[in-house]
Amino acid sequence: MPGASGLMTQVSWPELAEIVGKEHLRAATAADAIDGVEAQMVAEPGTAEDLARALRWAHAAGVKVSPRGGGTKLGWGNPPAACDLVLSTARLNRVLEYAWADMTVIVEAGCRVADLQKTLAEHGQRLALDPLWPERATIGGILSTNDSGTLRARYGSLRDLIIGITVALPDGTLAKSGGKVVKNVAGYDLAKLFTGALGTLGVIVQAIFRLHPLPRESRSLSFSGTPESLNQLLLAIQASKLTFTGLQLRAEPGSAHLDVRFDGTAAGIQAQVKQVQQIAGSMAASDAPANAWTSHQAIWDGATPALLTKFSVLPAQFAAVSALVERSAGAQSLAWKIVVQSVGAGYARLEGNEQGLRSALPTLRDELAKMGGTLVALACPAAVKRGLDAWGPASDAQPLMVRVKQRFDPDGTLNPGRFLGGI
Amino acid sequence: MEADILNEFRAIVGTPGLITEPEQLSTYDCDGLTMFRVLPLAVLLPTSTEQVQAIVRVCHREKIPFVARGSGTGLSGGALPVAKGIVISLTRMNRILEVDLPNQRVVVEPGVINLNVTARVAPDGYFYAPDPSSQLVCSIGGNVAENSGGAHCLKYGFTTTHVLGMEVVLPDGSLVHLGGRTVDRPGYDLPGVFVGSEGTLGIATKVILRIVKKPEVIQVLLAAFNSTNEAGAAVSGIIAAGMLPAAIEMMDNLAIQAAEAAVQANYPNCGGLLLVELDGPAPEVETLMEEVADVCTKCGAWEIHVAQSDAERARVWTGRKAAFAAVGRLAPAYIVQDGVIPRTALPHVMSEIVRLSSEVGLRVANVFHAGDGNLHPLVLYDNSVPGQDKLAEKLAGDILRLCIKAGGSITGEHGVGEEKKMFMAEMYAEPDLDTMQLLRCAFDPENLSNPDKVFPRPRLCGEKPGVYEPHPLEVAGVVQRF
Repeated sequence: MPGASGLMTQVSWPELAEIVGKEHLRAATAADAIDGVEAQMVAEPGTAEDLARALRWAHAAGVKVSPRGGGTKLGWGNPPAACDLVLSTARLNRVLEYAWADMTVIVEAGCRVADLQKTLAEHGQRLALDPLWPERATIGGILSTNDSGTLRARYGSLRDLIIGITVALPDGTLAKSGGKVVKNVAGYDLAKLFTGALGTLGVIVQAIFRLHPLPRESRSLSFSGTPESLNQLLLAIQASKLTFTGLQLRAEPGSAHLDVRFDGTAAGIQAQVKQVQQIAGSMAASDAPANAWTSHQAIWDGATPALLTKFSVLPAQFAAVSALVERSAGAQSLAWKIVVQSVGAGYARLEGNEQGLRSALPTLRDELAKMGGTLVALACPAAVKRGLDAWGPASDAQPLMVRVKQRFDPDGTLNPGRFLGGI
Repeated sequence: MEADILNEFRAIVGTPGLITEPEQLSTYDCDGLTMFRVLPLAVLLPTSTEQVQAIVRVCHREKIPFVARGSGTGLSGGALPVAKGIVISLTRMNRILEVDLPNQRVVVEPGVINLNVTARVAPDGYFYAPDPSSQLVCSIGGNVAENSGGAHCLKYGFTTTHVLGMEVVLPDGSLVHLGGRTVDRPGYDLPGVFVGSEGTLGIATKVILRIVKKPEVIQVLLAAFNSTNEAGAAVSGIIAAGMLPAAIEMMDNLAIQAAEAAVQANYPNCGGLLLVELDGPAPEVETLMEEVADVCTKCGAWEIHVAQSDAERARVWTGRKAAFAAVGRLAPAYIVQDGVIPRTALPHVMSEIVRLSSEVGLRVANVFHAGDGNLHPLVLYDNSVPGQDKLAEKLAGDILRLCIKAGGSITGEHGVGEEKKMFMAEMYAEPDLDTMQLLRCAFDPENLSNPDKVFPRPRLCGEKPGVYEPHPLEVAGVVQRF
């Protein structure tokens, strides 16, 4: 969809080339498009300062900007109302300070998750998060999309792991919040504001995380059963004194599994495995398949066209969600699959035909809303996406969110139209 | 305050909910930081969200600044009234509204006492994890404002980790719901910024909490060292061994003496006392406790003792949690400080504190949340000696500067409030503070909600933040703005 740009006349791109270096500004290709919206140029600044200057230039020139890390989740959110420039953090990829004895790390936004983890593993530590596609996803990208994985059951999500942030604002300001100590309540927690903001408030250029030790030993079990019986088991495990580091429910037509992971000392794990088997009673446990804990990533693969959604519900509602997805998919002759973490965040995949996907989404979303849950459409064919709102209905906090957006990005330079309620 | 406005307030909260007599108002002239005192024009004690909303609407219309207050235990002057403003005390909104055990959620009003949440769910084996030392009296609303921590946040996280959502009366009187019962709700993480905003973004009238299952086994080990440096080395050793204890606390000799005098916790008389709590599955705690003891021995511990009963463990913690108050036995007055440093900077910062304290001739007792580098130096002084309060204040400030210099923070859990707002300019650069102001202006453009706290100087929120500078191309008519 070329021509979505708000620019009426030619922009002086050479000015931007001056800022980021000629060799780091190139014409965008179809591969740089976001949900079918093609940008004009791609810039890859080499420093946070240059990125801030580039952003300031774009803001002043009325150039609409979409920040990009590894580009693995670029289609999340609504298609941009306009995108002239893709601002890539690819060259901001350094681990700046790894204070292993303090268990903190300062890292640039463009650093790939797997690269960071490799560095941390040298001292037996990790960022306790297993997001999607770590080989390609960047720190800035997982932060902006608030991505997480199965470790969340024990270590929380990014909001619990990030302790400091540096962002570039559309007016060129580079601002910090937080710092490199784990405990810090000085000033507003802007790291949380930018986590999950989908690059609509500023561009994350640096983040500081608290780290955790790699587990000494680990063992995972799987149970099979009906979604109802597994949901009951999940609640029973949650209500027990077991200290699991992963607990998830997987379901697809005709089969459902519960996976639980224990990390720690060999003796501790052994005792817990025994206890979980007692809790499960007649439900037999087996060692979890090797790919159990990458199910949240595997669900992205399969036949097309498909609709991939993220849902949030309460732990006691998982079986009901499974039944709901089955019902909605069945009504449209779609294949389906879900994987949900015990904290209540999960993915549902529907695949089949575009018309079916288009019809299934509103039903699913309405029914989940009745249960107090939410549903966000993350990925689907561009044609399907244009006809729906990725985020669903806004809450009574929407006017406040709009005011936040207006303060940080008054002219709508960053990712216009991609976020909740048209932000 | 004009009579008609007072009448309006009285109509909202009733006569028993409105305090205007100076001698009664003086109860509210400070919080736990008693060195700052301001008498408010009135104190209102609403009993419902609707009343809070009605009060704030009047404030907004009349441009009357307001300060929300919980139990008043804050240690940074966050609930200090503003002159010509009112205090809205939430203590009468103290109902636990809902307990949902299967989903591990509790919904409370802001005046609910922290420990009452745990008391309510304890029979079912749950607890509310944030445990500030004041948890017997402090309120959830105050905890939300300050993002309170406590000894166990090393493992379990802070208030922000355990608050999923809240109902908030914004400074213009409108009611919004931030977050909710479920995680990752679409939109900006406004619960994340509201927690810890020290009452500057509005008033929480309902809070959705997450509760946690009690661990199978809890054990606490006491280790006596000759110095805090040796104890500090043990802390690093424990962390380096890949353990994440539920709590690691440290006290120096002065703090130990105080705690002993106050609650007879049976602490060994030593230069540096370490208190390590492990929890989890029994066999794991057993193995790791041995490792902790090994590390302590290697670092010079000459007495190691594992509390043998729940009663003994409780006594150990009583000593630690009473330490601030206990220091009152050693000196007529003291200042509690709340700095944070990277853990590895501990030996350096400790020796600097000793140097600074001997330079000015004032004693400093030290109580640390050592696992996360959170120092609570207590600067002891005699307020009957002219000028000593100023000396103490300067010493406390210099200790904070040490923390900033070591790459740390001016507050780990007490908040900036009134006390430390000038230090914000030392910890953050101007653009950082200006950016934080963008957020405040989105919530409270008229600066009515706990104004003049947290930030070094008051700022106005113009309708358009910043001045737009037209691009040269725009001036030349080459490009246009839309």
